[in-house]
Amino acid sequence: MIGGLTVAVSVAALLLAAWCGYATARDQSTKDWHFIGMAVVTVLALAQLVVGVVELTGGKAADGGDVIFVAYLAGAALAVPAAGFMSLLERTRWGSAIVTAGGLVLAVLEIRLFDIWGGGHG
Amino acid sequence: MAETGTREDGRTPGDGDLLRPAPDGAVAGHPADASPQDRSPQDGSPAGDGERRRPGIGEGPGRLIVSLYGLFTVAAGSRSIYQLIAQYDRAPLAYLLSAVAAVVYAFILVTLVRGGESARRIGIACCALELAGVLVVGTLTIVTPSLFHDQTVWSYYGADYLFIPLVLPITGILWLRRAGAATTAA
Repeated sequence: MIGGLTVAVSVAALLLAAWCGYATARDQSTKDWHFIGMAVVTVLALAQLVVGVVELTGGKAADGGDVIFVAYLAGAALAVPAAGFMSLLERTRWGSAIVTAGGLVLAVLEIRLFDIWGGGHG
Repeated sequence: MAETGTREDGRTPGDGDLLRPAPDGAVAGHPADASPQDRSPQDGSPAGDGERRRPGIGEGPGRLIVSLYGLFTVAAGSRSIYQLIAQYDRAPLAYLLSAVAAVVYAFILVTLVRGGESARRIGIACCALELAGVLVVGTLTIVTPSLFHDQTVWSYYGADYLFIPLVLPITGILWLRRAGAATTAA
């Protein structure tokens, strides 16, 4: 369950990064559609946070430590909203660049999450 | 640069713009409001002539740099706090170094957000300090790995963090220098 969500969040984050990178290249700020995209990615990351916590309370343990696992889950859920907030403040192409960076950071966090959870066991 | 010169909202660096919603150019575009206070006092240029102002050091490309410094303040800070609490005995030097890195990141972050000419100069000095830290710690981790019993943010020139710890201070210095050049040219 976590594994599938990790892949889904990673792909969504990379798509968001590419989309906003395209806006950056075209010298455009983030538009409503970009924020809907950010909302989708954030919902996925929040679902991952909930599922992760449920699995931990259900008796499973993260290989890399439960505290670190939850911290990374929280960080993953906050990465894109934080980037979106900054892009609201920066209504230029650089606001789009910030969301691109946020998407890439989220993808990296997902790789770390996969390692911390312990790769194989679901 | 055209895309950074299009801001017409007349805001100055350091007026607490992090707390304000982004104004649309259409709403806030009152060139007549450009009073002398709208310029930084060190600016030295004739103020209030309605010309397009350059972005402050925390705006435009600077805002991306601010975001990355915010990210690394949180990353290095939370990492060192956790490690200092949970496993201090394992590698105190490495964890204290991460804490120092977090403080440097936080300080540069505040400097960039506050803005102004003196903040710009302090920011350059801190970025240079940060760059020196990355280079020294990165070299030490390669030459004498026994010194560190665990990774820090700056180990191996920040390889764990996609080398962003190495690139960020260089980008910061270049940006702050350019922002300064724009000041004197204005």
